[in-house]
Amino acid sequence: MSLSGKAAIVGIGATEFSKESGRSELQLAVEAVGHALRDCGIAPSEVDGLTTFTMDNNSEIAVARELGMGDLRFFSRINYGGGAACGTIQQAAMAVATGVADVVVAYRAFNERSGMRFGQVSSWANAQVNTNGLDNAWSYPMGLSTPAGTVAMQARRYMHEYGATSEDFGRVAVADRRHAATNPQAFFHCKPITLEDHQASRMIVDPLHLLDCCQETDGGQAFVIVSAERAKDLPQVPTYITAAAQGSGTDQFVMTSYYRDDIGIPEIGVVGRELWRQSGLRPDDMPMAVLYDHFTPYVLTQLEELGFCGRGEAKDFVKDGAIEVGGRLPLNTHGGQLGEAYLHGMNGIAEAVRQVRGTSVNPVSLDEKPHVLVTAGTGVPTSGLILSRHGG
Amino acid sequence: MSGVLRPQKNRDTAYFWEGTAAGELRLQKCNACGALRHPPGPACPECGALDRGHVQASGDGEIFSWVVHRHPQVPGRQTPFVIALVTLAEGPRVLGELLGVDPDTTDDLIGARVRIDFQRVDDELTLPVWRLA
Repeated sequence: MSLSGKAAIVGIGATEFSKESGRSELQLAVEAVGHALRDCGIAPSEVDGLTTFTMDNNSEIAVARELGMGDLRFFSRINYGGGAACGTIQQAAMAVATGVADVVVAYRAFNERSGMRFGQVSSWANAQVNTNGLDNAWSYPMGLSTPAGTVAMQARRYMHEYGATSEDFGRVAVADRRHAATNPQAFFHCKPITLEDHQASRMIVDPLHLLDCCQETDGGQAFVIVSAERAKDLPQVPTYITAAAQGSGTDQFVMTSYYRDDIGIPEIGVVGRELWRQSGLRPDDMPMAVLYDHFTPYVLTQLEELGFCGRGEAKDFVKDGAIEVGGRLPLNTHGGQLGEAYLHGMNGIAEAVRQVRGTSVNPVSLDEKPHVLVTAGTGVPTSGLILSRHGG
Repeated sequence: MSGVLRPQKNRDTAYFWEGTAAGELRLQKCNACGALRHPPGPACPECGALDRGHVQASGDGEIFSWVVHRHPQVPGRQTPFVIALVTLAEGPRVLGELLGVDPDTTDDLIGARVRIDFQRVDDELTLPVWRLA
Protein backbone atom coordinates (compact mmCIF):
# COMPACT_ATOMS: atom_id res chain seq x y z
CA MET A 1 0.00 0.00 0.00
CA SER A 2 1.26 3.46 -0.86
CA LEU A 3 0.12 6.90 0.24
CA SER A 4 1.19 8.46 -3.05
CA GLY A 5 -1.63 10.16 -4.91
CA LYS A 6 -4.35 9.00 -2.51
CA ALA A 7 -5.10 12.46 -1.07
CA ALA A 8 -5.15 16.05 -2.24
CA ILE A 9 -5.10 19.56 -0.85
CA VAL A 10 -8.31 21.12 -2.15
CA GLY A 11 -8.65 24.28 -0.07
CA ILE A 12 -6.25 26.88 1.26
CA GLY A 13 -6.96 29.88 3.43
CA ALA A 14 -5.05 32.47 5.39
CA THR A 15 -5.49 35.67 7.33
CA GLU A 16 -3.44 38.71 6.45
CA PHE A 17 0.16 38.50 7.66
CA SER A 18 1.00 41.33 10.06
CA LYS A 19 3.04 42.42 13.06
CA GLU A 20 -0.04 43.02 15.19
CA SER A 21 -3.23 41.20 14.27
CA GLY A 22 -5.32 42.93 16.94
CA ARG A 23 -7.32 39.76 17.61
CA SER A 24 -6.99 36.47 19.45
CA GLU A 25 -5.00 33.51 18.16
CA LEU A 26 -8.22 31.50 18.14
CA GLN A 27 -9.90 34.07 15.94
CA LEU A 28 -6.94 33.87 13.53
CA ALA A 29 -7.32 30.07 13.41
CA VAL A 30 -11.07 30.31 12.86
CA GLU A 31 -10.66 32.87 10.07
CA ALA A 32 -7.96 30.83 8.30
CA VAL A 33 -9.93 27.59 8.51
CA GLY A 34 -13.08 29.36 7.35
CA HIS A 35 -11.29 30.80 4.32
CA ALA A 36 -9.87 27.37 3.45
CA LEU A 37 -13.31 25.73 3.61
CA ARG A 38 -14.91 28.45 1.48
CA ASP A 39 -12.05 28.05 -1.02
CA CYS A 40 -13.19 24.49 -1.75
CA GLY A 41 -16.90 24.82 -1.08
CA ILE A 42 -16.97 22.39 1.83
CA ALA A 43 -19.20 23.18 4.82
CA PRO A 44 -17.72 23.19 8.35
CA SER A 45 -20.24 20.47 9.25
CA GLU A 46 -18.48 18.11 6.82
CA VAL A 47 -15.09 18.41 8.57
CA ASP A 48 -14.43 15.29 10.63
CA GLY A 49 -10.69 15.65 11.26
CA LEU A 50 -8.32 18.38 12.51
CA THR A 51 -4.55 18.43 12.82
CA THR A 52 -2.04 21.04 13.97
CA PHE A 53 1.25 21.62 15.80
CA THR A 54 1.75 20.74 19.48
CA MET A 55 2.92 24.37 19.75
CA ASP A 56 -0.41 25.73 18.52
CA ASN A 57 -2.39 27.38 21.31
CA ASN A 58 -5.78 26.67 19.71
CA SER A 59 -7.20 23.27 20.54
CA GLU A 60 -9.00 21.26 17.89
CA ILE A 61 -12.20 21.37 19.94
CA ALA A 62 -12.06 25.16 20.29
CA VAL A 63 -11.66 25.57 16.53
CA ALA A 64 -14.45 23.05 15.91
CA ARG A 65 -16.80 24.83 18.34
CA GLU A 66 -16.32 28.26 16.82
CA LEU A 67 -16.91 27.00 13.28
CA GLY A 68 -19.95 24.92 14.17
CA MET A 69 -18.32 21.63 13.23
CA GLY A 70 -20.03 18.47 14.39
CA ASP A 71 -18.51 15.13 15.32
CA LEU A 72 -14.74 14.80 14.89
CA ARG A 73 -13.38 11.34 14.13
CA PHE A 74 -9.68 12.26 13.90
CA PHE A 75 -7.45 14.80 15.67
CA SER A 76 -3.68 14.80 15.99
CA ARG A 77 -0.76 17.08 16.69
CA ILE A 78 2.87 17.06 15.60
CA ASN A 79 5.75 18.10 17.85
CA TYR A 80 9.00 20.01 17.25
CA GLY A 81 8.04 23.55 16.28
CA GLY A 82 8.23 24.36 12.58
CA GLY A 83 9.33 20.80 11.85
CA ALA A 84 5.66 19.90 12.15
CA ALA A 85 4.42 21.86 9.11
CA CYS A 86 4.45 19.19 6.39
CA GLY A 87 3.81 16.55 9.04
CA THR A 88 0.32 17.95 9.60
CA ILE A 89 -0.45 17.44 5.90
CA GLN A 90 0.95 13.91 6.16
CA GLN A 91 -1.39 13.24 9.08
CA ALA A 92 -4.36 14.50 7.08
CA ALA A 93 -3.35 12.51 3.98
CA MET A 94 -2.99 9.28 5.95
CA ALA A 95 -6.34 9.84 7.62
CA VAL A 96 -8.30 10.40 4.41
CA ALA A 97 -6.37 7.72 2.46
CA THR A 98 -7.32 5.09 5.04
CA GLY A 99 -10.89 6.27 5.51
CA VAL A 100 -10.27 7.21 9.14
CA ALA A 101 -11.69 10.61 8.21
CA ASP A 102 -13.21 12.17 5.09
CA VAL A 103 -12.39 15.88 5.39
CA VAL A 104 -9.34 16.90 7.44
CA VAL A 105 -8.25 20.47 8.07
CA ALA A 106 -4.63 21.29 8.99
CA TYR A 107 -4.13 24.69 10.64
CA ARG A 108 -1.61 26.91 12.40
CA ALA A 109 -2.34 30.33 13.89
CA PHE A 110 -0.44 32.57 16.27
CA ASN A 111 0.38 36.09 17.37
CA GLU A 112 4.07 35.37 17.07
CA ARG A 113 5.09 39.03 16.81
CA SER A 114 2.62 40.88 19.04
CA GLY A 115 2.44 37.96 21.50
CA MET A 116 5.19 35.50 22.37
CA ARG A 117 8.12 36.29 20.06
CA PHE A 118 10.16 33.27 19.00
CA GLY A 119 13.17 35.48 18.25
CA GLN A 120 13.54 36.41 21.91
CA VAL A 121 15.14 34.17 24.53
CA SER A 122 12.85 31.14 24.77
CA SER A 123 12.78 30.95 28.57
CA TRP A 124 9.70 28.73 28.40
CA ALA A 125 11.62 26.11 26.38
CA ASN A 126 14.26 25.98 29.09
CA ALA A 127 11.64 25.71 31.82
CA GLN A 128 9.77 22.72 30.34
CA VAL A 129 9.53 19.89 32.83
CA ASN A 130 10.10 17.14 30.28
CA THR A 131 12.99 15.71 28.25
CA ASN A 132 13.03 18.76 25.92
CA GLY A 133 13.62 20.95 28.97
CA LEU A 134 16.36 18.59 30.16
CA ASP A 135 17.98 18.72 26.70
CA ASN A 136 17.96 22.51 26.81
CA ALA A 137 19.85 22.42 30.13
CA TRP A 138 23.03 21.90 28.08
CA SER A 139 22.66 25.12 26.08
CA TYR A 140 20.22 27.71 27.51
CA PRO A 141 21.95 28.27 30.88
CA MET A 142 25.23 28.68 28.97
CA GLY A 143 23.73 31.61 27.05
CA LEU A 144 22.86 29.83 23.81
CA SER A 145 19.16 30.50 24.12
CA THR A 146 17.73 31.86 20.86
CA PRO A 147 16.99 30.13 17.55
CA ALA A 148 19.50 32.40 15.79
CA GLY A 149 22.20 31.39 18.28
CA THR A 150 21.65 27.68 17.83
CA VAL A 151 21.75 27.99 14.03
CA ALA A 152 24.79 30.29 14.11
CA MET A 153 26.77 27.58 15.90
CA GLN A 154 26.13 25.17 13.04
CA ALA A 155 26.63 27.86 10.38
CA ARG A 156 30.09 28.73 11.70
CA ARG A 157 31.20 25.10 11.50
CA TYR A 158 29.69 24.73 8.02
CA MET A 159 31.61 27.79 6.82
CA HIS A 160 34.81 26.35 8.30
CA GLU A 161 34.39 22.93 6.71
CA TYR A 162 33.23 23.93 3.25
CA GLY A 163 34.43 27.48 2.70
CA ALA A 164 30.95 28.97 2.54
CA THR A 165 30.74 32.69 3.34
CA SER A 166 28.18 35.09 4.74
CA GLU A 167 27.62 36.29 1.15
CA ASP A 168 26.60 32.76 0.19
CA PHE A 169 23.96 32.83 2.95
CA GLY A 170 22.95 36.31 1.77
CA ARG A 171 22.01 35.03 -1.68
CA VAL A 172 19.09 33.19 -0.06
CA ALA A 173 17.89 36.43 1.52
CA VAL A 174 18.22 38.32 -1.76
CA ALA A 175 16.18 35.65 -3.61
CA ASP A 176 13.47 35.60 -0.94
CA ARG A 177 13.17 39.36 -0.86
CA ARG A 178 13.10 39.60 -4.67
CA HIS A 179 10.14 37.19 -4.70
CA ALA A 180 8.43 38.97 -1.81
CA ALA A 181 8.78 42.28 -3.61
CA THR A 182 6.17 41.22 -6.19
CA ASN A 183 3.86 39.46 -3.70
CA PRO A 184 1.17 41.80 -2.33
CA GLN A 185 0.58 39.44 0.63
CA ALA A 186 4.23 39.72 1.69
CA PHE A 187 5.28 41.98 4.55
CA PHE A 188 8.24 43.03 2.41
CA HIS A 189 6.15 43.72 -0.70
CA CYS A 190 8.01 46.20 -2.95
CA LYS A 191 11.10 46.01 -0.71
CA PRO A 192 13.83 43.99 -2.43
CA ILE A 193 17.35 43.94 -1.00
CA THR A 194 20.83 43.65 -2.43
CA LEU A 195 23.71 41.51 -1.21
CA GLU A 196 25.26 44.75 0.05
CA ASP A 197 22.17 45.41 2.17
CA HIS A 198 22.51 41.92 3.62
CA GLN A 199 26.17 42.43 4.46
CA ALA A 200 25.47 45.85 6.01
CA SER A 201 22.68 44.59 8.27
CA ARG A 202 23.62 44.33 11.94
CA MET A 203 25.03 41.17 13.43
CA ILE A 204 22.54 39.24 15.56
CA VAL A 205 24.63 36.23 16.52
CA ASP A 206 27.88 36.11 14.54
CA PRO A 207 28.08 34.83 11.86
CA LEU A 208 24.37 35.58 11.27
CA HIS A 209 23.24 39.05 10.21
CA LEU A 210 19.74 40.42 10.78
CA LEU A 211 18.87 39.67 7.15
CA ASP A 212 19.77 35.99 7.61
CA CYS A 213 16.86 35.71 10.05
CA CYS A 214 13.18 35.24 9.23
CA GLN A 215 10.47 37.61 10.34
CA GLU A 216 8.18 37.34 13.32
CA THR A 217 4.54 37.31 12.23
CA ASP A 218 0.94 37.32 13.43
CA GLY A 219 -1.41 35.26 11.27
CA GLY A 220 -3.09 31.99 10.45
CA GLN A 221 -2.96 29.47 7.61
CA ALA A 222 -5.13 26.41 6.93
CA PHE A 223 -5.56 23.58 4.42
CA VAL A 224 -8.39 21.22 3.54
CA ILE A 225 -7.40 17.67 2.59
CA VAL A 226 -9.71 15.03 1.09
CA SER A 227 -9.30 11.82 -0.90
CA ALA A 228 -8.18 12.06 -4.52
CA GLU A 229 -11.60 10.79 -5.61
CA ARG A 230 -13.48 13.47 -3.70
CA ALA A 231 -11.03 16.11 -4.95
CA LYS A 232 -12.15 15.60 -8.55
CA ASP A 233 -15.63 16.94 -7.71
CA LEU A 234 -14.46 20.15 -6.04
CA PRO A 235 -14.01 23.58 -7.62
CA GLN A 236 -10.23 24.04 -7.30
CA VAL A 237 -7.51 22.25 -9.28
CA PRO A 238 -6.50 19.46 -6.85
CA THR A 239 -2.98 19.50 -5.43
CA TYR A 240 -2.12 15.83 -5.12
CA ILE A 241 0.07 14.62 -2.27
CA THR A 242 2.63 12.51 -4.10
CA ALA A 243 4.88 12.00 -1.08
CA ALA A 244 4.74 12.98 2.59
CA ALA A 245 7.50 12.20 5.06
CA GLN A 246 8.84 12.94 8.51
CA GLY A 247 12.45 12.62 9.60
CA SER A 248 14.62 12.56 12.70
CA GLY A 249 18.32 11.69 12.76
CA THR A 250 20.61 9.72 15.05
CA ASP A 251 21.37 11.51 18.34
CA GLN A 252 18.74 14.13 17.51
CA PHE A 253 18.08 17.21 19.63
CA VAL A 254 15.82 20.24 19.15
CA MET A 255 18.04 22.91 17.50
CA THR A 256 21.14 21.68 19.36
CA SER A 257 22.16 18.40 17.68
CA TYR A 258 25.76 19.23 18.48
CA TYR A 259 26.96 15.89 19.73
CA ARG A 260 27.07 13.74 16.58
CA ASP A 261 30.19 13.52 14.43
CA ASP A 262 28.91 15.78 11.64
CA ILE A 263 26.68 18.32 13.32
CA GLY A 264 24.65 19.29 10.14
CA ILE A 265 20.96 18.56 9.60
CA PRO A 266 20.75 14.87 8.59
CA GLU A 267 17.09 14.84 9.64
CA ILE A 268 16.11 16.55 6.38
CA GLY A 269 18.15 13.91 4.54
CA VAL A 270 15.91 11.30 6.16
CA VAL A 271 12.89 13.22 4.84
CA GLY A 272 14.43 13.55 1.36
CA ARG A 273 15.23 9.88 0.96
CA GLU A 274 11.70 8.97 1.96
CA LEU A 275 10.16 11.55 -0.42
CA TRP A 276 12.19 10.17 -3.33
CA ARG A 277 11.32 6.60 -2.35
CA GLN A 278 7.58 7.25 -2.07
CA SER A 279 7.37 9.27 -5.28
CA GLY A 280 9.89 7.51 -7.50
CA LEU A 281 11.05 11.01 -8.42
CA ARG A 282 14.49 12.62 -8.22
CA PRO A 283 15.79 16.12 -7.53
CA ASP A 284 15.99 16.73 -11.29
CA ASP A 285 12.22 16.25 -11.51
CA MET A 286 11.59 19.34 -9.36
CA PRO A 287 11.11 22.62 -11.28
CA MET A 288 11.20 24.55 -8.00
CA ALA A 289 11.07 24.06 -4.23
CA VAL A 290 9.90 25.76 -1.07
CA LEU A 291 12.68 25.21 1.46
CA TYR A 292 12.06 26.24 5.06
CA ASP A 293 14.00 29.43 5.63
CA HIS A 294 13.90 30.44 9.27
CA PHE A 295 17.63 31.12 8.82
CA THR A 296 19.48 31.28 5.51
CA PRO A 297 22.32 28.78 6.21
CA TYR A 298 19.89 25.88 6.51
CA VAL A 299 18.60 26.52 2.99
CA LEU A 300 22.09 25.70 1.72
CA THR A 301 22.40 22.57 3.81
CA GLN A 302 18.90 21.45 2.77
CA LEU A 303 19.90 21.66 -0.89
CA GLU A 304 22.75 19.28 -0.08
CA GLU A 305 20.81 16.88 2.13
CA LEU A 306 17.96 16.64 -0.39
CA GLY A 307 20.39 15.78 -3.19
CA PHE A 308 20.14 18.92 -5.33
CA CYS A 309 23.93 19.20 -5.03
CA GLY A 310 26.79 17.51 -3.22
CA ARG A 311 27.98 18.17 0.32
CA GLY A 312 29.61 21.59 0.52
CA GLU A 313 28.51 22.53 -3.01
CA ALA A 314 25.44 24.64 -2.16
CA LYS A 315 27.55 27.81 -2.01
CA ASP A 316 28.18 27.37 -5.74
CA PHE A 317 24.65 26.09 -6.49
CA VAL A 318 23.02 29.32 -5.23
CA LYS A 319 25.22 31.70 -7.24
CA ASP A 320 24.16 33.68 -10.32
CA GLY A 321 20.46 33.82 -9.49
CA ALA A 322 20.04 30.04 -9.63
CA ILE A 323 17.47 30.07 -6.83
CA GLU A 324 15.51 33.06 -8.16
CA VAL A 325 12.59 32.94 -10.61
CA GLY A 326 14.14 32.27 -13.99
CA GLY A 327 17.00 30.32 -12.44
CA ARG A 328 17.51 26.57 -12.51
CA LEU A 329 15.74 25.91 -9.19
CA PRO A 330 13.63 28.84 -8.00
CA LEU A 331 13.09 28.68 -4.23
CA ASN A 332 10.42 30.25 -2.04
CA THR A 333 8.57 32.07 -4.82
CA HIS A 334 6.22 33.69 -2.28
CA GLY A 335 9.16 35.36 -0.60
CA GLY A 336 9.69 32.71 2.04
CA GLN A 337 9.66 33.37 5.75
CA LEU A 338 12.24 36.11 5.35
CA GLY A 339 10.11 37.94 2.80
CA GLU A 340 6.44 36.96 2.99
CA ALA A 341 5.77 35.90 6.59
CA TYR A 342 6.82 33.45 9.27
CA LEU A 343 3.86 31.11 9.54
CA HIS A 344 5.93 28.17 10.80
CA GLY A 345 6.27 26.81 7.26
CA MET A 346 2.55 26.59 6.55
CA ASN A 347 2.59 29.59 4.20
CA GLY A 348 5.22 27.78 2.12
CA ILE A 349 2.87 24.84 1.63
CA ALA A 350 0.21 27.32 0.49
CA GLU A 351 2.63 28.71 -2.10
CA ALA A 352 3.27 25.21 -3.44
CA VAL A 353 -0.50 24.78 -3.84
CA ARG A 354 -0.74 28.11 -5.68
CA GLN A 355 2.06 27.01 -8.02
CA VAL A 356 0.22 23.75 -8.74
CA ARG A 357 -2.99 25.72 -9.40
CA GLY A 358 -1.16 28.29 -11.52
CA THR A 359 -2.16 31.17 -9.26
CA SER A 360 1.19 32.18 -7.75
CA VAL A 361 2.19 35.79 -8.26
CA ASN A 362 5.64 34.49 -9.27
CA PRO A 363 4.64 31.52 -11.42
CA VAL A 364 7.05 28.75 -12.33
CA SER A 365 6.03 26.51 -15.23
CA LEU A 366 4.97 23.08 -14.01
CA ASP A 367 4.00 21.92 -17.51
CA GLU A 368 6.97 19.58 -17.98
CA LYS A 369 7.70 18.82 -14.34
CA PRO A 370 4.38 19.05 -12.46
CA HIS A 371 5.82 18.86 -8.94
CA VAL A 372 6.85 21.09 -6.05
CA LEU A 373 9.00 19.99 -3.11
CA VAL A 374 8.22 21.61 0.26
CA THR A 375 10.13 21.23 3.51
CA ALA A 376 9.43 22.06 7.15
CA GLY A 377 11.63 23.47 9.91
CA THR A 378 15.21 22.26 10.10
CA GLY A 379 17.53 21.77 13.03
CA VAL A 380 14.58 19.92 14.56
CA PRO A 381 12.79 16.67 13.70
CA THR A 382 11.13 17.72 10.48
CA SER A 383 8.96 16.81 7.51
CA GLY A 384 8.47 17.35 3.80
CA LEU A 385 6.07 16.97 0.87
CA ILE A 386 6.09 16.48 -2.84
CA LEU A 387 2.92 18.06 -4.24
CA SER A 388 1.82 17.49 -7.83
CA ARG A 389 -0.66 18.67 -10.45
CA HIS A 390 -1.38 15.09 -11.51
CA GLY A 391 -2.17 12.04 -9.43
CA GLY A 392 -5.02 10.13 -7.94
CA MET B 1 24.62 36.31 36.80
CA SER B 2 21.78 35.86 39.29
CA GLY B 3 19.11 36.09 36.58
CA VAL B 4 20.72 33.43 34.40
CA LEU B 5 18.41 30.71 33.06
CA ARG B 6 18.35 27.69 35.37
CA PRO B 7 18.88 24.18 34.01
CA GLN B 8 16.23 21.52 34.43
CA LYS B 9 17.77 18.64 36.37
CA ASN B 10 16.69 15.12 37.17
CA ARG B 11 18.26 12.01 38.68
CA ASP B 12 19.96 11.22 35.34
CA THR B 13 21.74 14.58 35.16
CA ALA B 14 22.24 15.67 38.79
CA TYR B 15 25.81 14.28 38.93
CA PHE B 16 26.92 16.77 36.28
CA TRP B 17 25.74 19.81 38.25
CA GLU B 18 27.06 18.41 41.52
CA GLY B 19 30.37 18.10 39.66
CA THR B 20 30.47 21.70 38.47
CA ALA B 21 29.71 22.86 42.02
CA ALA B 22 32.70 20.79 43.17
CA GLY B 23 34.96 22.14 40.41
CA GLU B 24 34.81 18.97 38.31
CA LEU B 25 33.74 18.45 34.71
CA ARG B 26 32.08 15.04 34.84
CA LEU B 27 31.36 12.72 31.93
CA GLN B 28 28.92 9.85 32.08
CA LYS B 29 30.66 6.48 31.70
CA CYS B 30 28.92 3.22 30.88
CA ASN B 31 29.87 0.63 33.47
CA ALA B 32 29.29 -2.17 30.94
CA CYS B 33 31.17 -1.06 27.81
CA GLY B 34 33.07 1.97 29.07
CA ALA B 35 31.61 4.44 26.54
CA LEU B 36 31.87 8.09 27.57
CA ARG B 37 28.92 10.33 26.93
CA HIS B 38 27.67 13.91 27.14
CA PRO B 39 24.90 15.01 27.43
CA PRO B 40 23.92 12.21 29.80
CA GLY B 41 20.91 9.92 29.94
CA PRO B 42 19.70 6.79 31.69
CA ALA B 43 20.86 4.27 29.06
CA CYS B 44 24.01 3.66 27.01
CA PRO B 45 23.23 4.21 23.30
CA GLU B 46 26.27 2.02 22.44
CA CYS B 47 25.39 -1.16 24.37
CA GLY B 48 22.03 -0.54 26.00
CA ALA B 49 23.24 -0.94 29.57
CA LEU B 50 21.52 1.03 32.32
CA ASP B 51 24.45 0.56 34.74
CA ARG B 52 26.36 3.82 34.62
CA GLY B 53 28.75 6.03 36.53
CA HIS B 54 30.90 9.02 35.74
CA VAL B 55 34.52 10.07 35.44
CA GLN B 56 36.19 13.44 35.81
CA ALA B 57 37.25 14.84 32.43
CA SER B 58 40.72 16.28 31.97
CA GLY B 59 39.14 19.66 31.23
CA ASP B 60 41.20 20.12 28.06
CA GLY B 61 39.55 20.54 24.70
CA GLU B 62 39.46 22.19 21.30
CA ILE B 63 36.88 24.61 19.92
CA PHE B 64 34.63 22.87 17.38
CA SER B 65 32.47 25.93 16.72
CA TRP B 66 31.67 29.28 18.34
CA VAL B 67 29.35 32.27 18.10
CA VAL B 68 29.15 35.84 19.36
CA HIS B 69 25.74 36.54 20.84
CA ARG B 70 24.80 40.22 20.31
CA HIS B 71 20.97 40.38 20.17
CA PRO B 72 18.59 40.11 21.88
CA GLN B 73 19.42 40.61 25.56
CA VAL B 74 19.88 37.37 27.52
CA PRO B 75 18.79 37.06 31.17
CA GLY B 76 21.72 37.38 33.56
CA ARG B 77 24.30 38.30 30.91
CA GLN B 78 25.84 41.37 29.28
CA THR B 79 25.93 41.32 25.48
CA PRO B 80 28.01 40.70 23.47
CA PHE B 81 29.43 37.44 24.72
CA VAL B 82 31.07 34.40 23.17
CA ILE B 83 29.83 30.80 23.38
CA ALA B 84 31.96 27.83 22.34
CA LEU B 85 31.15 24.23 21.49
CA VAL B 86 34.22 22.29 22.62
CA THR B 87 35.39 18.79 21.76
CA LEU B 88 37.00 17.36 24.90
CA ALA B 89 40.26 15.46 24.76
CA GLU B 90 38.15 12.44 25.79
CA GLY B 91 35.85 12.85 22.75
CA PRO B 92 32.43 14.19 23.83
CA ARG B 93 31.46 17.83 23.23
CA VAL B 94 30.46 20.33 25.90
CA LEU B 95 28.97 23.80 25.37
CA GLY B 96 29.88 26.82 27.49
CA GLU B 97 30.56 30.54 27.51
CA LEU B 98 34.11 31.36 26.38
CA LEU B 99 35.57 33.94 28.75
CA GLY B 100 38.52 36.25 28.20
CA VAL B 101 38.06 36.64 24.44
CA ASP B 102 37.30 39.92 22.63
CA PRO B 103 33.87 39.40 20.99
CA ASP B 104 35.05 41.54 18.08
CA THR B 105 38.02 39.30 17.35
CA THR B 106 38.52 38.56 13.67
CA ASP B 107 40.37 35.33 14.44
CA ASP B 108 38.67 32.06 13.62
CA LEU B 109 38.71 30.33 16.96
CA ILE B 110 37.85 26.91 15.56
CA GLY B 111 40.66 24.58 16.59
CA ALA B 112 41.83 26.79 19.46
CA ARG B 113 42.78 24.89 22.61
CA VAL B 114 40.75 25.66 25.70
CA ARG B 115 40.57 24.65 29.34
CA ILE B 116 37.54 24.26 31.59
CA ASP B 117 36.77 26.71 34.36
CA PHE B 118 33.74 27.10 36.60
CA GLN B 119 31.54 30.12 37.21
CA ARG B 120 29.64 30.00 40.47
CA VAL B 121 26.23 31.68 40.17
CA ASP B 122 24.97 30.80 43.68
CA ASP B 123 24.58 27.80 45.96
CA GLU B 124 22.23 26.21 43.45
CA LEU B 125 24.17 26.62 40.23
CA THR B 126 27.74 26.57 38.95
CA LEU B 127 28.21 26.79 35.19
CA PRO B 128 31.02 25.22 33.17
CA VAL B 129 32.89 27.92 31.18
CA TRP B 130 35.84 27.86 28.80
CA ARG B 131 39.08 29.86 28.72
CA LEU B 132 41.75 29.79 26.03
CA ALA B 133 44.56 27.45 27.12
